[in-house]
Amino acid sequence: MVGGEKKLISIQDSLKNVLKDNIISIEQAKGYIDVLVPTDKLVDSAKKLKEFGFDHVKSVTAVDYIAKKQFKITYHISSYLNEELSKYIIGLSTIINRDDPHLPSLSKIWVSAEFQEREVYEFFGIIFDDHPDLRLLLLTPVVAALKPLRKDFVVKEESDNIEVDYAAYNATKWW
Amino acid sequence: MASNISSGSVPHLPGMEVTELSKNTYEVYIGPAHPGSGHMRIIVEVDGDVMVRVDPDIGFVHRTMEKLAEGRDWIKNIPLFERMAILDACNITLPYVEAVERLLGTEPPDRARYLRTLLCEINRIASHLYGMGIFGVFLGHSTLYMWAFGDREVFIDLAEQMTGARLTHSYPVFGGVRRDIPDDFPENARKATKYMRNRLNEYAKIFLNNPNIRSRLENVGIMSKNLATELGIVGPNLRASGVRYDVRLNEPYEAYGDVEFEIPVFEEGDSLARAWARVEEIRQSLNIIEQAVDWLEKHPRENFMHEKFWKTAPKLYKDVFSGQIDYAGKYRVKLMPLFASLKVPPGKAFARVEAGRGEMVYYVESDGEDVPYRVRVVSPSFRNVIAFKYLMPGHRLMDLPAIYGSFDYFPPEWDR
Repeated sequence: MVGGEKKLISIQDSLKNVLKDNIISIEQAKGYIDVLVPTDKLVDSAKKLKEFGFDHVKSVTAVDYIAKKQFKITYHISSYLNEELSKYIIGLSTIINRDDPHLPSLSKIWVSAEFQEREVYEFFGIIFDDHPDLRLLLLTPVVAALKPLRKDFVVKEESDNIEVDYAAYNATKWW
Repeated sequence: MASNISSGSVPHLPGMEVTELSKNTYEVYIGPAHPGSGHMRIIVEVDGDVMVRVDPDIGFVHRTMEKLAEGRDWIKNIPLFERMAILDACNITLPYVEAVERLLGTEPPDRARYLRTLLCEINRIASHLYGMGIFGVFLGHSTLYMWAFGDREVFIDLAEQMTGARLTHSYPVFGGVRRDIPDDFPENARKATKYMRNRLNEYAKIFLNNPNIRSRLENVGIMSKNLATELGIVGPNLRASGVRYDVRLNEPYEAYGDVEFEIPVFEEGDSLARAWARVEEIRQSLNIIEQAVDWLEKHPRENFMHEKFWKTAPKLYKDVFSGQIDYAGKYRVKLMPLFASLKVPPGKAFARVEAGRGEMVYYVESDGEDVPYRVRVVSPSFRNVIAFKYLMPGHRLMDLPAIYGSFDYFPPEWDR
């Protein structure tokens, strides 16, 4: 695995070359390379990474760190057309405030993120600014208003009735 | 056209009002009551019979598995995630198992790697046959449906011999697999591969080279290499558009680095190419199955579980494995007790495999507790669904089933 490690180091170096001072930290996680950037440099970093050859988004992941009052959004990106880059997965991450969760959408840079950003929006209530079509995807407005994947949403037993929030129902964009 | 009406081609009768329409289109709701297989709805705006806007409305079988996973023990999530696509159960759960293994720092022994590979390929064939059968129904070709579902039974039987369950096997577990294959398995597997090879030629005759089917599929739903890349399409659909990407090739996992196989790539990118891609993949899977059973025959009675877990196994488990008690179904062999109290070290892991329908991705985060902190699941069908929105406009409404079916969509999987 010596060769593999060397390659990883070189991809980390080339990431540092591409993103330069956008990077807050770069870390080798298990199975991907986690690159943390500030929220205001997210779009710029995404554009640079796309030019570098990372052509699609595999997953848009939000993690709720309720104790720190933060959300961490990670775009796991990789490449189809560049065979060398397709071996690596980069996690382009940013941390946002939990009380006012906003971040710029990357759907215009990577179209493949469009539906996944919609999913994160409905499950966490995170707003993606400039998203071309930010609507609910999987959930109904009643359930989406509960923001079910946040840590403060506790799963009730199936027999319990979920309280219906009609104000949220009327306020949410629906078909 | 609305503009023609107002410009006077229709005589204005007394008492009749003519108002110009802002849009001369209809909205057609297809689904959600089972438009083919599984519940989803496509909202289509048609101008005449040409689709101008397609909006996939999904989520009718959503179960919030990511949330449920946060309240369950690590091991109990395997049967949960399996429910996404029971016909592809091993492929669907394998990246979760791999991600947790990365956090635990355990590597499965060689025999477990081959056993997983074997079941993955059996699942892949069963999944492709299922997809082709449904595709046949979409095009009104019910013979293919009967054939594909009948032949799928062969591979479900193989999986049952191997794991004890037809569909929800829960076969890969952390550090290895749940059990070994019976002694007569290699022989049965070879019979099945021989049978299936002959059948594939007949599939080509009755379906793929059938003039009626070809006229429905050829040059329909053409997805260029760049569009497929841009949309992040996965699996055989991606390879049918000329992109040479397969996780088995680009980041070999389990035993895929040691077996020989080819990745079928088609340049056409139309619905017919997507159907051919599946048939050719079945052929390659048959080769892999044969190589895997050859290897397993040459290395009998090796350990199929990591030592860390194996040493906690009950005596009955070890007796059955060492052949002292035959597989008679008399005994209920439980899993190792260590799994029940498993705590995974803190960390973040990402794993991907090539499932039947395409790349399956898990992101697992642990904070050292007995349940995961966060599990993110991205299934292949969820990444393919975006194609409906961008690929279908411009086609005629009658092409919708041909495109829809050619993507081998599976609602329970993308809804999660």
